Amino acid sequence: MPTLVKLLAQRIALGLLLLFLVSILIFAGTNILPGDVAQSILGQSATPEALANLRKELGLNDPVVTRYFSWLGGALHGDLGTALTSRLDIATEIGRRLGNTLFLAFWAAVIAVPLAIFLGLLAVRYRDRWPDKVISAFTLASISVPEFLIGYLLMFFIGVKLRWFPSTAISYRPDADLFTRLESIALPVAVLTFVVLAHMMRMTRAAILNVMQSAYIETAELKGLRMFTIIWRHAFPNSIAPIVNVVMLNLAYLVVGVVVIEVVFVYPGMGQYLVDHVSKRDVPVVQACGLIFAAVYIGMNLIADVVSILANPRLRHPK
Amino acid sequence: MSDPLVKVKNLKIGATVYPPGEKPHDIEIVHGVDFELEKGKVLGLIGESGAGKSTIGLSTLGYGRGGVEITGGEVWINGRDILKGGLGALRKLRGSEVTYVSQSAAASFNPAKKIMDQVTEAAIRHGKFSKSEAEKRAVDLFRQLSLPNPETIGNRYPHQVSGGQLQRCMTALALCPQPDLVVFDEPTTALDVTTQIDVLAAIKQAIAATGVAALYITHDLAVVAQVSDHIMVLRNGDMVEYGDTDQIINAPREEYTQALVSVRSITHEEKKPTPEPVLTVKGINARYRGTNFDVLKNVNVEVHPGQTLAVVGESGSGKSTLARVITGLLPPRDGKIEFAGRNLSADLKGRTREDLRELQMIYQMADVAMNPRQTVGTIIGRPLEFYFGMKGKAKRERIQELLDEIELGTGFIDRYPAELSGGQKQRVCIARALAAKPKLIICDEVTSALDPLVADGILKLLLNLQKVEDVAYLFITHDIATVRAIADSIAVMYQGKVVRYGPKSQVLSPPFDDYTDLLLSSVPEMRLGWLEEVIEHRRMESAGN
Repeated sequence: MPTLVKLLAQRIALGLLLLFLVSILIFAGTNILPGDVAQSILGQSATPEALANLRKELGLNDPVVTRYFSWLGGALHGDLGTALTSRLDIATEIGRRLGNTLFLAFWAAVIAVPLAIFLGLLAVRYRDRWPDKVISAFTLASISVPEFLIGYLLMFFIGVKLRWFPSTAISYRPDADLFTRLESIALPVAVLTFVVLAHMMRMTRAAILNVMQSAYIETAELKGLRMFTIIWRHAFPNSIAPIVNVVMLNLAYLVVGVVVIEVVFVYPGMGQYLVDHVSKRDVPVVQACGLIFAAVYIGMNLIADVVSILANPRLRHPK
Repeated sequence: MSDPLVKVKNLKIGATVYPPGEKPHDIEIVHGVDFELEKGKVLGLIGESGAGKSTIGLSTLGYGRGGVEITGGEVWINGRDILKGGLGALRKLRGSEVTYVSQSAAASFNPAKKIMDQVTEAAIRHGKFSKSEAEKRAVDLFRQLSLPNPETIGNRYPHQVSGGQLQRCMTALALCPQPDLVVFDEPTTALDVTTQIDVLAAIKQAIAATGVAALYITHDLAVVAQVSDHIMVLRNGDMVEYGDTDQIINAPREEYTQALVSVRSITHEEKKPTPEPVLTVKGINARYRGTNFDVLKNVNVEVHPGQTLAVVGESGSGKSTLARVITGLLPPRDGKIEFAGRNLSADLKGRTREDLRELQMIYQMADVAMNPRQTVGTIIGRPLEFYFGMKGKAKRERIQELLDEIELGTGFIDRYPAELSGGQKQRVCIARALAAKPKLIICDEVTSALDPLVADGILKLLLNLQKVEDVAYLFITHDIATVRAIADSIAVMYQGKVVRYGPKSQVLSPPFDDYTDLLLSSVPEMRLGWLEEVIEHRRMESAGN
């Protein structure tokens, strides 16, 4: 299967190249921001000598290219530098918080992905009839309402009025037992599910409906199979590529786009960490977060590409 | 006498149509058809496109394609009216008592699943056989249908076998659940003739061996004559004639049936080659970009003024590539093209307007070769403006002349392509080519998409125009009957090479090379017992070798 290996190698190499380019963009972007790191650390009242000393200490006087490569080199070795404001090692700090973010994203995905695909299949099965319309209306509504509003609504009704689940995730401790942890993230997971469900479900519906036009679906119908069997066994395997693409895009969003939800629910994840340090102008932290978010995005899309390639029987089983 | 297996009474089928610019409305496409079919017999349904033959075939599965619906009548199978039972009962019937073989096996097999799983699926789902029994039965059928490696071919995916093999797999799929009736819907139409004969023989043998009844749908009377016991001729949703195969072929009663039987009876006296050919193709080797093998290998042919060279071959033989090379769309790797006494630039960019004018083209799909938003007048008028700078009244007069030549009235000048029939569209394309007053027209499968009677009309027109306009044709086709009808000289192509070339009388008379012999003997002939004769003849020959 030389074509297959070649295609996969090409995709992976492209992904790495893209990540490299993004790292340049992040570094350049943070460097052309107005203001000066030394100034922002020491404040307006700093003496010129103190500023000069700090700049030298931080290596800010080196040329940009030198600084970029020493930053990149560090990042490749897992050294993301130290936060300017707290003087803590960024890698350890991010490691903790990334774990929390992934925990949240994971459970949201575990619920949202199968649910979205199931609803998509259901919508195809009852196409243009009431289940399809209810699913469409509901998912459309949930994607149209801003996520923070859904968050506050759930907080108010479920957290405060009904008291089923804690209304914020502030009590979240990574070392608590699984049940306690799940309980404390129940509401943010619910909001995230609402947010990503519609996109995935609608794409699943569209992809399968597209395949339902094929002649082999008619063959299956003329075998006397049940509609759901036809959709599940004959249509779904041929619509995997577009579905995986949209699923991966949404998984990446669950990691990268949760900033608002984490802030709303005071959840100690990457998003909150990023927001905190953006407001403090802590450039190294912003760079590190940017790089990790980019890596997640590119990685997820890479997986989607690889799965799409593997899903093609012509490539998997060459003549 | 016991009840027949299938009894169709006064079957009416309708559809909703959505004509552009009009309100959607219902039309009737089958107007009350009756027929019966005994167990183990084969009924051929024959007719041109739009006759309703596929629609009638599918109605025995209670199925309507797209917006098609059975609006009246009765369809009795095994003593039950299948239109009365609802969807649940239909589901029990489909894939169990009645099965279906479609025209395009390549599209009808699910690309993501192994052939074996698809062949055995219906039998297993309907509880007729266990998985292992069904697979054993499938392997037996693969063997019966002369598929290579019957034990393992089921483990392959559809794209891993050839078109002819896949069509036989589709037959196995239909026979696997031991149905009482199989509907064959143009099962060999998409195949090359040399493949068609094998598939046809395999289907006929499988029908005989399993004792299943069949509806065999085709537009090719010569094909249906080989497999069916009775034939029903259909036209525009009505039955024209019904009778046993012998009677329909040898003593057709209705005028329409007689026309179908005598189709392709055009004769054309071969002309002698002239000393100066209009087109000379010398030593052409050509390949497509990004590939490393030649699609054309040392091709040499000549076309004489006012004469027709037929280039005949199967799919993949390189005949259309030759047209691309001559028109300059695909510059060859080496070789020369001489046209009207001058050297033609290999690349389209290097050709003069005069080169372009004198070398015109007509395509297989008249539909897509015309701009749907231009009127017939605009379409034919364009080359008049472009090559001759004609305007206003002169242009309109010339357009009307051309419309007369293609036997369409002047009323057509303001019509749009969507308002024309298939044959009329092709005529407009011919007029557009003629408008440039070319010396040579390349005709690429121009009659392949048309019904036989319409195709006949087009061929007659082309022959007449050749006399009047003294234009030469390079006629690309896969159909030997067409070649016989119109060619002066013939080039037989096989795998990128011209394997036989010369005047028609010489190319079509023995002694033949192996490929031409295979090609010519595979063309179905309109008489009973032809298929058996050919198969027997070939078996004797291979035994003799």
